[in-house]
Amino acid sequence: MKRIQLPLTDETIKDLHAGDSVLLTGSVITGRDAAHKRLFELIEQGKPLPVSIEGEVIYYVGPAPAKPGHAVGPAGPTSSYRMDKYTPALLDRGLKGMIGKGARSQEVIDSMVKNGVVYFAAIGGAAALISRSIRSAEILAYEDLGTEAIYRFEVVDFPAIVAIDAAGNSVLVK
Amino acid sequence: MDIRTIEAAEITAAVRQLFMDMNYYIGSDILHALEEAKETETSETGKSVLSQLLENHRIASSEEVPICQDTGMAVLFIEYGDHVVIENGSFEDAVQEGVRRAYIDGYLRKSVVDDPVFDRVNTKDNTPAILYTTIVKGNTIKILGGCKGFGSENMSAVRMLTPSAGLEGVKQFILDTVHYAGPNPCPPIVVGVGIGGTFEKAAMLAKKATLRPINTHHADQRYAELEDELLTAINRMGYGPAGLGGSCTALGVNIETFPTHIAGMPVAVNICCHAARHKEIEI
Repeated sequence: MKRIQLPLTDETIKDLHAGDSVLLTGSVITGRDAAHKRLFELIEQGKPLPVSIEGEVIYYVGPAPAKPGHAVGPAGPTSSYRMDKYTPALLDRGLKGMIGKGARSQEVIDSMVKNGVVYFAAIGGAAALISRSIRSAEILAYEDLGTEAIYRFEVVDFPAIVAIDAAGNSVLVK
Repeated sequence: MDIRTIEAAEITAAVRQLFMDMNYYIGSDILHALEEAKETETSETGKSVLSQLLENHRIASSEEVPICQDTGMAVLFIEYGDHVVIENGSFEDAVQEGVRRAYIDGYLRKSVVDDPVFDRVNTKDNTPAILYTTIVKGNTIKILGGCKGFGSENMSAVRMLTPSAGLEGVKQFILDTVHYAGPNPCPPIVVGVGIGGTFEKAAMLAKKATLRPINTHHADQRYAELEDELLTAINRMGYGPAGLGGSCTALGVNIETFPTHIAGMPVAVNICCHAARHKEIEI
């Protein structure tokens, strides 16, 4: 088990290999279908993004509402492939890591290798367990999207596995 | 049989509780299958994933929080007794209100958008729920509820096979669908299969099949054997828990069937994640 401090440095990324179990500590941003669509459209139009994604790790998640006394509701990963259409543009903008579940397209993997990016898999459906490692949640942008808004999560020992490393090696079964 | 009156508010309260319960407490069929899979799983990563899923169920039930953040779209199969009269409201409104209250009061995620293509604005209460109602003899109402997450729903498919495709064609389509889904639908999955009827009937049967406990079999021995054979074939695919490799890709295969047309053999495959949430109540 490797303990990884966020943000990711290029040295850390080089040291991560497909299949490594990791515990992530630090800050991640969240985003899923609707937020990706908006970010992608802004990039296409050459407009500034509401959130800086440079050097960030993005977690594909739409959390359930938090019960009183909880920082966040259950918050497991959503399927990553739905973000594939938008991902290379975000990686070209400096995004360094992604957390989701399931397979990625060849275009995404090629862009990961080009940009030195790592893709982590969290366990789909382990949402109540995962949410224990999320200590705070704050909305950064797109509040109107509800669960699909972009949040900043502070995480401590967030459990994940390196699914595809920056060399393009994958542990996912095809 | 005497006519029985039921207050609309009673229906609402029962449906509210049904959806909260199914989101916090996984059924014993799934829990048992996960425990068994943890013992037999050949991959160390797979074993670790299964342990974490079991731990997740322990946390969800003890803290009464949803098992998965995707608390799904609400689907209800209803057998409505013809001797029941609803007072102070309509049946359908009472059910929708129950779903609405469950998702708001129970801290469940609201995942429904009003228009599928153009607007996609969240309805903020997870309604409308999808109701399939049949009228039966009697003075009770049976409700089989499920909350269907879309990570696995998106991996589902319907194919209008024709009779010459035969048993082999049916098997091939089911296995191809699971293979295409690969690591995406949160394995170990539950595979619901509907065979027969019309285009939409097959899909509805497949959905109902995902809501049947996985420790049950089709009443016809031939289909029961097919369920077992398909389960074995799927578990040889190697996707494993969370798609990270292993011997447990599916927890169960449930088949539901219906008579069909002389020219057809529709097959629907509705894939469900390991958090196969379903519960039945009788009012």
